[in-house]
Amino acid sequence: MGLMGTGILKGLGVTLRHFIDTYAEDLKYLLNKSGAQQPRPLRRQSPKNRGLVTVEYPKERLPLPENFRYVPFLVFDTEKQEDKCTSCGICAKVCPPQCIWIVRTEDPVTKRPIPQPKEFYIDTTICMNCGYCAEFCPFDAIKMDHDYELSYYPHEQPHMRLVHDKAVLTKPDTYHASIHPSDWQRELADRAAEEEKKRAAAEAKAKAEAAKAAAPKPAQPAEQS
Amino acid sequence: MAEETKPAAPAAPAAKPAAAKPAAGHGATKAPPLAPMTPEMTELQQRFGESVLAPAPYVGLLLSDKSKLVEVATYLRDEMGYDSVTNLTAVDYIKDGYFEVVYHFQRSRGGEPFTLKLRVPRPQGNDLSEPVPSLTSVYAGAEFQEREVYDMFGIPFSNHPDLRRILLWEGFYGWPLRKDWKEAYYEGDTKPFESRWPGGHHQLAEERVPWADNVNYPLGFDPLNFHADPDAGLYDTMAEGVPGLAKRNGNGSTAPQPTGVGAAVSVFDRDRNNLADVDELQTDQIIVNMGPQHPSTHGVLRMVVKLDGETVTDLKLVLGYLHRNHEKIGERNTWLHNIPYTDRLDYICGLANEWGYVLTVEKMMGIKPPERAEYLRVLMAELTRIESHFWAIGFLLNDLGAFYTPALYFITERDLILDLFESVTGSRLMCNYFRFGGVSRDLTEAQLAHAKELAFERIPRKIDELEELLSENEIVKARTVGVGYLPAERSINYSLTGPCLRAAGVPYDIRRVEPYGIYDRFDFEIPVLYGADVYDRYRIRVMEMRQSLKIVQQCLQQMEQTKWGDIQTGKKNYNHRVPAGQAYGRVETPKGELGFYLVSDGGQNAYRYHVRSSSFINLTSLKEMTVGHKVADAVVILGSLDIVLGEVDR
Ligand code: SF4
Ligand code: SF4
Repeated sequence: MGLMGTGILKGLGVTLRHFIDTYAEDLKYLLNKSGAQQPRPLRRQSPKNRGLVTVEYPKERLPLPENFRYVPFLVFDTEKQEDKCTSCGICAKVCPPQCIWIVRTEDPVTKRPIPQPKEFYIDTTICMNCGYCAEFCPFDAIKMDHDYELSYYPHEQPHMRLVHDKAVLTKPDTYHASIHPSDWQRELADRAAEEEKKRAAAEAKAKAEAAKAAAPKPAQPAEQS
Repeated sequence: MAEETKPAAPAAPAAKPAAAKPAAGHGATKAPPLAPMTPEMTELQQRFGESVLAPAPYVGLLLSDKSKLVEVATYLRDEMGYDSVTNLTAVDYIKDGYFEVVYHFQRSRGGEPFTLKLRVPRPQGNDLSEPVPSLTSVYAGAEFQEREVYDMFGIPFSNHPDLRRILLWEGFYGWPLRKDWKEAYYEGDTKPFESRWPGGHHQLAEERVPWADNVNYPLGFDPLNFHADPDAGLYDTMAEGVPGLAKRNGNGSTAPQPTGVGAAVSVFDRDRNNLADVDELQTDQIIVNMGPQHPSTHGVLRMVVKLDGETVTDLKLVLGYLHRNHEKIGERNTWLHNIPYTDRLDYICGLANEWGYVLTVEKMMGIKPPERAEYLRVLMAELTRIESHFWAIGFLLNDLGAFYTPALYFITERDLILDLFESVTGSRLMCNYFRFGGVSRDLTEAQLAHAKELAFERIPRKIDELEELLSENEIVKARTVGVGYLPAERSINYSLTGPCLRAAGVPYDIRRVEPYGIYDRFDFEIPVLYGADVYDRYRIRVMEMRQSLKIVQQCLQQMEQTKWGDIQTGKKNYNHRVPAGQAYGRVETPKGELGFYLVSDGGQNAYRYHVRSSSFINLTSLKEMTVGHKVADAVVILGSLDIVLGEVDR
């Protein structure tokens, strides 16, 4: 331990350095033309930034990473004009606080289930934003949203009460693609691979059939013997 | 507190019949395998005889004569070196009609814990069971743990110095971790609940299960005239045994009535005739409630301190303001459901908690994650340690009176680490990243670059700055050196773990004591200091951050040799079945030893899910650390323990 008080002075030096850094950083960006174009939140969140880190929410917002998860939404396939959800119920089973409620559609005559949800609710007051539903849905039909500012005026939307029904939950796949670009790319690739597989299978089948048609005779005696 | 609380505990004996799935035949058909004997078990058995100690199912020894318990524990401590009781809990085997109390004894020099079990018959209804001898005379660390078992199971401990409820309030009706206890809005014994699919019309819980259907009042209970005084017992214990103190409202009524919370509420009159010539400065003995709403208590914790002038002469803790019966929730959940709940234990370091739970379940399932996932786990857990220590040190300074400026300097780096967590896992704190046999996501190039920038540039610089700012600061030193001293033997006896224990000169770290994951591959040290005071608890955290950084750096380098995206063993699965058995698994979180004691009956859900929380058990020693210091130091000493109430109260 040095002279009494040197420790404190050193500490004050650290504070002073922070004070200067804050302005130095801003000055650097102001003088740097290209840097000045970069939005401040992005700049401030960078690990290279030495100055202040705070942003003025809600005027400014930190950019959200793609994986960011808030309450889920249902994806609507704009190409086929149908819900992607098949009401298989897996998300309702994996949901830890059990906040997903699904009513399956039934064929009015045969009473057989139709792969379309009739009703779909997520109680967002209970949802713990864990992301399991999106992770385990086999049809990429439910995804985690980025909209983290959920609030309603009960007198304006009395039916909502933060319980999202199917109408509120459903969002087009274009929205999903815009907030989850790389996940969307993966989905497209998966789909392409699937189609390719189907096509190959169909081709192989056609080929086999053609071969069968071409040589039906030798097969029959073999079968009979 | 009592007045507003709903006066009775929900405990419906005849609530809705459990949804189809009974707890799959526990303890029924096939006898479980007996524990294999270890040399330690043999030694103990030879000493006390086979009629007293026999191998228990799955693991440990079963003590058949509970009156021998203290003797056995003393032998374990004095002759065999098991110097702390690291975990103490109970299990309700309702079908077999007994409670099993489970003890895990630990050697501070390392090795696996020693498991001892004993059984008491299960009583009828809400009655208390037969008492079990308390171990507090042998192990001070048993105090809070026994109170918790009493609180949750209704198993009393004889000769316990202060047997009151600890997480629930005095006057609560029922024993929540018994298997026949049902919570409010009870829906089924285990998830997933049948009502959600395929015909699941949403209903709010309070509409679905009317409150009245679900509550069990004690016989003859009259809610209109109900008055509970949950603090009476507490103030009573503090008034006892101090010469010259008279209880203000004498005959019959116990202790003074508090008039408010958060201020000096009750004054004991001193018998001035007796003490006039003892000390010249006429200081009053008063009881002050610090908290539950108090900036120094790091959450909703209430410290009831008895002061003589400014000096603390006694201290009692009131816990449970954040109690949510995490363990019961864990028993309702499927194995997978429970991972995100562990994030909410110690919410500063969710990733470390997840590892503890996942590790224990993996132990029971006998699986291991692939290489890449092992590295990712270490990377995330060590970054968690760094951000947690930044937080702890920042807020220790708050407690010292340096309001927020220094804390914010450290939170900057912490936030950058959380940015990484957010972009990888999707959430800053509630990460839900670990899976059985792997992790949920790999790092992209950009995320790896961010991690490297932090590990090689920013964090080392910040730790240097932190030391420059604090380590030699005269005020910090004056306030912390020698404050909150607790010597090594006492710390061990109190089952203290984590940085606080290492600051008392005990090199006890689960990463070395019982290595898990791939920690044996890294070059790092377990720092040890010998001051056992607040200053060394601060310094040890700085040293640990440097070691963690070393691990992170090695991890980032070694990781390059593993295959990207290879992060999950087996297929992704949501429907895990864990073989019947029992396991105690533990990890070294930034706060200390986090253990999970799990019992599986082979089904989709844990039969028993117990969390050995380091924050909770570390608090046991707070009284001994604090008594004799000034009240302002009490705040700092609590800060040096670095507790998180989410984990304390569970
Ligand atoms: S969202 Fe996915 S998991 Fe859930 S019911 Fe629909 S298809 Fe099944
Ligand atoms: S995010 Fe988690 S809690 Fe929320 S609906 Fe999906 S599974 Fe349930």
